[in-house]
Amino acid sequence: MRGVALTRLGVIAAFIALLEALCRFGIVKPLTLVAPSRMVGTLIDLIQAGDVGDDAARTAIEVAGAFVLAILLGVSIGAVIHAIPRLRRAVAPVLVSWYAVPSFVFYPLFIALLGLSEAPLIAIGAFSATPAMVVATISGLDRVPRVLRRVARVHRMGFWDTLRHITLPSALPSLFTGVKLAFAYAFIGVIAGEFILSGGGLGYAIAYAYESFETAKMYALMLLVLGVGVAVNAGLHTWEGRLLRRRQR
Amino acid sequence: MSTPTAHATLRGVTRIYPSLVHALGPVDLDLRQGEFFSVVGPSGCGKSTLLDVLAGLSAPTSGTIAFEGRPVNGVPDGVGVVFQEDSSFAWLNVQDNVAFGLRRAGMEAAEIKRRVEYALGFMGLRDFATAFPAQLSGGMRQRVCIARTLVMQPRLILLDEPFGALDQQTRLLMGDELLRLWRETGATVMLITHALDEAAMLSDRVGVMSSRPGCFIDLAVTDWPRARDSRIVSDPAFGLLTARLWSSLRAESMKAIGRVA
Ligand SMILES: Nc1ncnc2c1ncn2[C@@H]1O[C@H](COP(=O)(O)OP(=O)(O)OP(=O)(O)O)[C@@H](O)[C@H]1O
Ligand SMILES: [Mg+2]
Repeated sequence: MRGVALTRLGVIAAFIALLEALCRFGIVKPLTLVAPSRMVGTLIDLIQAGDVGDDAARTAIEVAGAFVLAILLGVSIGAVIHAIPRLRRAVAPVLVSWYAVPSFVFYPLFIALLGLSEAPLIAIGAFSATPAMVVATISGLDRVPRVLRRVARVHRMGFWDTLRHITLPSALPSLFTGVKLAFAYAFIGVIAGEFILSGGGLGYAIAYAYESFETAKMYALMLLVLGVGVAVNAGLHTWEGRLLRRRQR
Repeated sequence: MSTPTAHATLRGVTRIYPSLVHALGPVDLDLRQGEFFSVVGPSGCGKSTLLDVLAGLSAPTSGTIAFEGRPVNGVPDGVGVVFQEDSSFAWLNVQDNVAFGLRRAGMEAAEIKRRVEYALGFMGLRDFATAFPAQLSGGMRQRVCIARTLVMQPRLILLDEPFGALDQQTRLLMGDELLRLWRETGATVMLITHALDEAAMLSDRVGVMSSRPGCFIDLAVTDWPRARDSRIVSDPAFGLLTARLWSSLRAESMKAIGRVA
């Protein structure tokens, strides 16, 4: 395990070193790509000057809103679909092909409905992320062993106790996969939405920097987005590992 | 007409699955208070189905079932079940698995600890108290499930091939433990097994089931003393009994695998 982690770090470090060298020796023009060291430097400057705080906060709120909404909607819709086999047969093809739909085509619709504010961004993030949570919920519920439902009945457990002590723990591995995907889709949805049309947020700031030829600032912000995405995912991954480590069969 | 000492009674019980598979019966059976009753029968004959309806997990298609004089409708209080499949909770360690029912019943921590420790010792799991099911063999996981049922001190214990995943030696020893427990608690036990020697060694009575739809075609009374253990296998009567069970079962087993007796 440690060997793998070291190798991973090595690969990343080598890649960064390569970028750094390409920029330092002028092989790639500064207008195209800035050196990683400069990205970090610019980012630190931006943060110290208080230039990213507002955009970052706005994006964070939107992503969090979209993420929570997607989880609530996904779990509820998934549970309903799971409970009604006829409904499930009817919507199964839609769920499977959802990934093929570029959900951003609905973004203008959300703006028309909700106005140009944070709301349509939360909506587009949730809209992209919900199907993953629906699918994860259904497959999680499928994975609750029948015999454990029977154990619950022998222990004379009611609906809520069964949910808490049997259903949720059994479905947890699958639910967690859904949570990780939901975060990724919500994050992508929000950033991309800000890119297309919005008055603030990190995606907006990146697009703005791009249009005003502030290459260093653009890359610094991209680095920030990348860093946050990776950090949150790593956090979720670690949490998942803690929760599930001991029960692998 | 149930005898005064009948603990559970089944009258004309059948079970036909919605898929129209006639799995069971009609079955008439009295489980006597405190007896050790075993069920043997060919694979797929409806043994697990019998356990299901007796435990109140599914309603019979026809017939009536009573436990302690009251009609069974849902799982009654005082019934413990060990299922054929592994039903340990993968997310709890061994001692938490075993303590599950006691915690739910709101028992005080000291008493839970005492009972769990006793059950773990009993089932040979003491060294694995903090292990998770994933780290155990199939036979050990089944023992966790047995312990989880036993700590509840059920008055009727239903076991569906609980030793199926164990090797022969361990099975004999676990059988001894089960006998000891049965003697100490005075519970009524119904054990489903595919091992004729196990049924012969442990039981007061052995019910032999026909191929599907399962009905009792033989009820063999063993007449063993209550204080018995696995050494009984060297008793000549044990050989005779096993031979009788096999002769009842042989034709049915051949039917079950699609051959003419
Ligand atoms: N839920 C179900 N729906 C339809 N048929 C079922 C169902 N459960 C069991 N059966 C059928 O009923 C019959 C009896 O099943 P059961 O599980 O009671 O047999 P068994 O004697 O316990 O078998 P084994 O020795 O293999 O455990 C089998 O033919 C089985 O296929
Ligand atoms: Mg069975």
